[in-house]
Amino acid sequence: MRFNRRAALRGLLGGGAVSVALPFLDCFLDANGTALAATGQPLPVRFGTWFWGCGLTPGRWIPQKTGPGYDIPPELKPLAAFRDRLTIFSGFKANTDGKGAVPHYTGNMAILTGSAPKGQGLVDGPTFDTAVADTIGQRSRFRSLEITATGNPRDSNSKRSSAVINAAEPSPLAFYQRLFGPDFKDPNAADFKPDPKVMVRKSALSAIKDQRDALLKEVGAADRVRLDEYFTSIRQLEQQLEIQLQKPAPLEACKVPSAAKDTKVGTEIDDVISNHKLLVDLMAHALACDQTRVFNVVFADAGSSLRKAGSTVTHHQLTHEEPIDEKTGCQPQATFFVERIVDGLQTMLTTMDSVKEGDGTLLDHMMLFAFSECSYAKIHSLETIPMMVAGRAGGKLKAGQHIAGNGDPVTRVGLTLQQAMGVPISNWGAGSMQTSKNIPEVLA
Amino acid sequence: MTMVGRTLALLACTGLALIGLSSCGDDGPASSGGPATVRRLTQEQYTAIIADIFGADIKVQGRFDPDVRENGLLAVGTSHVSVTPSSLEQYDGLARSIAAQVVDEHHRDQLVGCKPASVSQPDDNCAAQFLGEVGLQLYRRPMKPEELKSQVAVASDATKTLGNFYAGLETSLAIMLESPRFLFREEIAEPDGAGHLKLDGYSKATRLSFFLWNTSPDDELLKAAEKGDLDSERGLARQVDRMLASPRVEAGVRAFFSDMLGFDQLPGLAKDPEVYPKFTPVVMVDAQEQTLRTLVDHLLVQKGDYRDIFTTRKTFLTRLLGSIYRVPVQSPTGWQPFEFPPGDPHAGIVAEVSFLALHSHPGRSSSTLRGKAVREILLCQQVPTPPANVNFAIVQDTKNTTYRTARERLTAHRTEPTCAGCHKIIDPIGLSLENFDGLGAYRTAENGAPIDPAGELDAAHFEGAAGLGQTLHDDPAATACLVNRVYAYGSGHAPSKGEADWIKYLQGRFAAEGYRLPDLLRTIATSKAFYKVSEPARTEGPNQADATSRASAKEDRS
Repeated sequence: MRFNRRAALRGLLGGGAVSVALPFLDCFLDANGTALAATGQPLPVRFGTWFWGCGLTPGRWIPQKTGPGYDIPPELKPLAAFRDRLTIFSGFKANTDGKGAVPHYTGNMAILTGSAPKGQGLVDGPTFDTAVADTIGQRSRFRSLEITATGNPRDSNSKRSSAVINAAEPSPLAFYQRLFGPDFKDPNAADFKPDPKVMVRKSALSAIKDQRDALLKEVGAADRVRLDEYFTSIRQLEQQLEIQLQKPAPLEACKVPSAAKDTKVGTEIDDVISNHKLLVDLMAHALACDQTRVFNVVFADAGSSLRKAGSTVTHHQLTHEEPIDEKTGCQPQATFFVERIVDGLQTMLTTMDSVKEGDGTLLDHMMLFAFSECSYAKIHSLETIPMMVAGRAGGKLKAGQHIAGNGDPVTRVGLTLQQAMGVPISNWGAGSMQTSKNIPEVLA
Repeated sequence: MTMVGRTLALLACTGLALIGLSSCGDDGPASSGGPATVRRLTQEQYTAIIADIFGADIKVQGRFDPDVRENGLLAVGTSHVSVTPSSLEQYDGLARSIAAQVVDEHHRDQLVGCKPASVSQPDDNCAAQFLGEVGLQLYRRPMKPEELKSQVAVASDATKTLGNFYAGLETSLAIMLESPRFLFREEIAEPDGAGHLKLDGYSKATRLSFFLWNTSPDDELLKAAEKGDLDSERGLARQVDRMLASPRVEAGVRAFFSDMLGFDQLPGLAKDPEVYPKFTPVVMVDAQEQTLRTLVDHLLVQKGDYRDIFTTRKTFLTRLLGSIYRVPVQSPTGWQPFEFPPGDPHAGIVAEVSFLALHSHPGRSSSTLRGKAVREILLCQQVPTPPANVNFAIVQDTKNTTYRTARERLTAHRTEPTCAGCHKIIDPIGLSLENFDGLGAYRTAENGAPIDPAGELDAAHFEGAAGLGQTLHDDPAATACLVNRVYAYGSGHAPSKGEADWIKYLQGRFAAEGYRLPDLLRTIATSKAFYKVSEPARTEGPNQADATSRASAKEDRS
């Protein structure tokens, strides 16, 4: 039975009804309504990123008012329903510190690594989603999951170094199989028997782990780092198998989705929209079933390749070439893609909010960081790159505000989000972007 | 050796080559050598190895992480990539699927060379025999006794738990298929007896085999490594000649050119079907095959001059490609040799669909992308990334009635001072290919205005693809570039300063021998320099200057 508890509560308060029987949900919850009574464990808090390329239009997305209850600017209209759970960061700046701006790369990497990259593909350090994954993703089957709606597995911002990139899954069918294929253990299944094949696989991994010391001695320092990364992946696999051997705690929100179909992937906007919907729907199921607590979504690649069927130009090209309409102050054809992107974010939020969990929804129990790589794509501007945070992070965030950065470095946002997720750092970033100033207004 | 001495040696060497004695003792000037590398297998290599060891009917199905391009080559990138948790998951799935097939009832008798005393009990002897043999092939060197012991123990324990010998063997084999000893080609250095370091025998065999065949060493090469044959000039030359004479060298040459020409990007290439109704992913498969067939035929079969790949009118076509080139192809299904007539605008590999379509936009041609590709891919010259704050309006407005052709639009664009510096060294190259649209089909007009295919490359002025091809043919940078790429491809690193003299020598020798690819491969593969290891104290990591080369292609979309 599907029951929208939120709607029921709203009805209860608004309509003044006297007796409404709350359904079975409460038996799962403890007195505070935040933890699963069966295990005593609090509901997990998740962290996700949602990325799109080519920014938004200056003057059309920054609210006039700061703080809570901000006004909704034209390009954010589709997100109006989420205002109280959506914080807008404007006026934060990515500094290049003399390293030169790489178009469609410096902005997103500065936001995620705290330092402008040395060149295309050359980051100074890991992206901070990996630090969050190392902090909160240790106990789930997957440390993190990456998806892209663009059809290209290279469209992933998540990296531990320049050469260690968490490739994104572009295919809903492959993503389904990875999540809910034979290795999936339904937490709500009545019976559970550990699979002896999984047991032998797990213990067999010792044959690889035994080689570690000998192998690391044979190679130079740089290769040692790479091989160590490999052994980290082995430990992660071992942990996945360990999780498959334990009876999972029942999860009220976990539903196994119906099998995905093979779809056409690519950068044509209609394909992007439909694949994005399928992928984030699967992601919502993966989160509800606690398969991962950290995820990264790409809606449009950096330097957006989105295009309409039959058109000769991409969104990226339009941002540079299309004349600005004086009446509206925007580029009409490029704005078509901006609108689809914001619609995509709406789809993302709606999907996460549609999964009921505990006293709220998945969205309430996550922190979703949506961001782009430039503010004004026409000139690759790195000032006031759009950044937003959706969700309440299980109460860790004071949600629903407009924060004006007044030219402060983007690292203040990254520092704040990492601290909210429990990453033990007090300052973050490099060069002129190094900061120990988090944004206290958004931390609960 | 003095300059004179070197020149004489070179001439002597050339003379010997001309009279058919291909062996030449001259090893050129001293080289520092490069690092002992640890390279991750590519998807093609992984697939080829499984087919070599277990047969082509074992299916290898799964996704591999994308490789990273550095210094113009994925082969160099393989020295710097690692295995992320998600890619290990993929390897794990592949390993389990392959191991299950190898021991299944259809294959076990053929692939497992022994039978257990009892199918439900461990049999350590049989397990050790199988795993030891497979281990030698997978790890490209004999397993250490403790490694074999531990793999046998895995098989034994798993057999006890699962009650089946083959299930136990499957478990152990799967682990070996995801072992770092298999997934990474780890090279080990040893003293060379002259105060420097060189690769040990098995590392030599592996470097050589992937260089020439793009797969693991075969039994004979492993035996040669075991006996120390590869440390003697004669023993090494015997193996190199055997390998170059084998039909398998074609796979190696294909792999090299696929990498150098960026063909890994063809499968994901998107073209607008409404602009190019003839475009399908199958066309791109054929286009890649066309170029590779042309290169293999010219360079390997005919042993032709490398420079002629830029001018040759000989190629191979399918009916599908015939519809794009607008020439009749008789064979309804297969490949057919084809020669464009003299004077035809199609000449050389830059006038082939694989090059023209890859270096274009989804809906239109791009002189900038094509010019950049000529410089970066064919001449090994670095083009800087575009600056911030650029207005592309004129170039991209294909409906602009004032600027109807790409030439007119780009000329207007090049008046912007911030852009002019770079665009004047790339656009005029690509403008000579404007007679080919974004898919590679010939045209004489754009938006009703006639196309002027005049081009410039440095001091050379020419017309059309044939003119560009002749210019590339005559440009020493093109042959120097090939030598650089071939060496970097084989050694897995960008040549360092300490190797510069040796590379120069290779270039001179390539010229003296008439620009024959098989001779170049042989010179490198039989040299000491190819296996010499520089001192380990160097910091690795993606090379700053060149990691950009492919990645930045995406950025520059003007």
